[in-house]
Amino acid sequence: MKKLLMATAACITLPLAAFAQDKPDAIKVGVTAFLTGPASVFGVPAKDAAEIMAEQINEAGGIQGVPLELTFIDEGAGTEVLTTEYRRLVENGADAMLAAISSGNCKTIAPLAEDLKVINIMWDCGTQKIFEEDSYKYVFRSQAHAGTEMLATVAYLLKTKPDFKTIAVVNQDYAWGRDSWDIFSAALKALRPDVEVVGEFFPKFGSPDFSTEISRLQALQPDIILSTSWGGDLDTFVQQAAQRGLTEVSTFVLPLAESSLERLGSSLPSGHIVGARGDHYWNHPERRDDEDFKTFMAKFEEKTGNKAIYPVFHMSQGLAALEAAYDKAAETKGEGWPTEDEIIAAFAGLEFQGLGRPVTLREDHQGVEAQLLGTSVQAGELPFATLENIMIFDGAELTTPVGEESVAWVGALQPGWVDTLTVDTYEN
Amino acid sequence: MNLTLFLLALFDGIAYAALVFIVAVGLTLIFGVMRILNVAHGSFYAVGAYLTASLTTFIVSAGLPPIFSFPCMLISAVLVGAVLGGPIEWLLLRRIYHKPEVLQLLVTFAIFMILEDVQRLVWGTQPIFESTALQLLGTVRAFSVNYTVYQLILLPIVAVLLLFGLRFFLRRTLAGKLITATTEDREAAQAIGIDADKVFLLTFIVGAGLAGLGGALASPTTSILPGIGADMIVLSFAVVATAGLGQIEGAALTALLIGLGRSFAVYVWPETQVLVPYLIMVAVLLVRPEGLFGSPAARKI
Repeated sequence: MKKLLMATAACITLPLAAFAQDKPDAIKVGVTAFLTGPASVFGVPAKDAAEIMAEQINEAGGIQGVPLELTFIDEGAGTEVLTTEYRRLVENGADAMLAAISSGNCKTIAPLAEDLKVINIMWDCGTQKIFEEDSYKYVFRSQAHAGTEMLATVAYLLKTKPDFKTIAVVNQDYAWGRDSWDIFSAALKALRPDVEVVGEFFPKFGSPDFSTEISRLQALQPDIILSTSWGGDLDTFVQQAAQRGLTEVSTFVLPLAESSLERLGSSLPSGHIVGARGDHYWNHPERRDDEDFKTFMAKFEEKTGNKAIYPVFHMSQGLAALEAAYDKAAETKGEGWPTEDEIIAAFAGLEFQGLGRPVTLREDHQGVEAQLLGTSVQAGELPFATLENIMIFDGAELTTPVGEESVAWVGALQPGWVDTLTVDTYEN
Repeated sequence: MNLTLFLLALFDGIAYAALVFIVAVGLTLIFGVMRILNVAHGSFYAVGAYLTASLTTFIVSAGLPPIFSFPCMLISAVLVGAVLGGPIEWLLLRRIYHKPEVLQLLVTFAIFMILEDVQRLVWGTQPIFESTALQLLGTVRAFSVNYTVYQLILLPIVAVLLLFGLRFFLRRTLAGKLITATTEDREAAQAIGIDADKVFLLTFIVGAGLAGLGGALASPTTSILPGIGADMIVLSFAVVATAGLGQIEGAALTALLIGLGRSFAVYVWPETQVLVPYLIMVAVLLVRPEGLFGSPAARKI
């Protein structure tokens, strides 16, 4: 009982202590990312990027003169460990959290952040359901969701291959593979009701072999093959398809292939559609000549030996959102260090810029992010495919309006909608 | 389903079954002789794959002809068997043969976990794809569908050779006969002067080497990344349990059943693809609890 009283007392006084404090010694931020498991293809580059960015921010004097201090949690250790570690970091005084990569983890953490009353920026997960099913005070998303990403993919496909007749899908058998296909197929049905879906395959997550699916697809000969797979699954699928000539027969639409370009090397031939979950590309046509972009890319390549992929951009947006919110809150306040509520207020309608185009937060805390897609080309200058015929779509037109549900909303679009979109096109 | 699709599904099934058999046969051999369910088998598979990829990459970058990628597979398999399997049996497993099965399972599981982390340390977490050997053999066209020669022809040939090679080894050679004798009755074998320790060591090296060979042969067809060992071990257990523990011919037949079941599922009802191997296992075990080829044995008391 005594212990309980002490704990309660501590809980009451701790926030007060934080209020009274002038400038903290550091802004403590917890970041969750997959450092182990298949999704570490995203988590490890994102962590590397976060470290470089924190260093850059701190070299420039920190956020409002206060240095940024990052702590990482491995999402690969399982939900149980993740929530325990998350709680521990918050209870040890983390000012904000950046979580998570996995949609499942975002669904777990959003209500937890609300309970713990900690600012949580969802920096990478794709599920559109979080803000469509609930509203949160402490949770924000510094990037688009699956709805925007899939709709952009459909738009690019319809713009570049307007006459295709048949499509097949090969997605991973888990939430993302299923959900992304629900949105994609709903949009396709609305915009091109005449297209026939000739095959739907959901091989198990982490499947080492797609030979049977590839035989089946060769027999079906669909015009388009969609796969929202990523990491090792996507690499294996594309490699096996290329080995057996399927990439010569059908056009592949790969909304996450930007993160596999370098690993796929020469296996991804020219002429396939590549997406990047936002306007993310190491050679971003609008950003590649900017000094901050060039400096970061050089540092990242030096540190990791690889080109930056989309989680790196997502990380930059997450940190940029945080920095922008602190700056805005401090500016509004004028004197003294802003309180948590003042920072939360600053997130409303916040505009910030990471490595891509600026992103804005809507009233439901959803980020509105531009979308970049391109067509793969083996130009010969690099040992892997680059992008040509790049289109950058305006995020606002592709994002489900506040209060609507994505699958229903895209399902109600009318044929011809694609022609109304704002698009900037770049040769490469 | 017309005849063409039927044949296509058949080809896919055989190609897949070949690989599953090569891995499962090592597991069943070890169990048959040593009565140990070796979870670390999955790690041997993964290390075999990683080693082959590294060796092949080295050979290609050294400018040697790509045909050398095939010897690389054999070298990897031997290394896995001798350098990894040998010491594990000698230093660890030897101490736990008379301990309860649960403990044996835990020890091999611990080895599996340790080796998983070793792989991460050595090869990192990014997927590796090294398909020189597969590309070398090219593709064949059957019913307007391209197959790789490697998967459709080479892998089944290796599997069949292995099946008959093992049969010959166990029945016709002295070492094989010693293994068979020890399998039948350890005490009796020791009583007539067979060095059971040596037999166990040899069996474990061969079994681990077979897992390594499975990984080596799989490596050109797939992305190698953390976790591939776990996937393979689960499937291998299904094969071994369905076949009857310790049954080599049974493992071959079961691998074929599972391979075909899986590929026909993709053609007929893709949603059930993941389920099929386990449905086959359940169906067989309901009718024959000791497995397809297993014989009811007196329990150890």
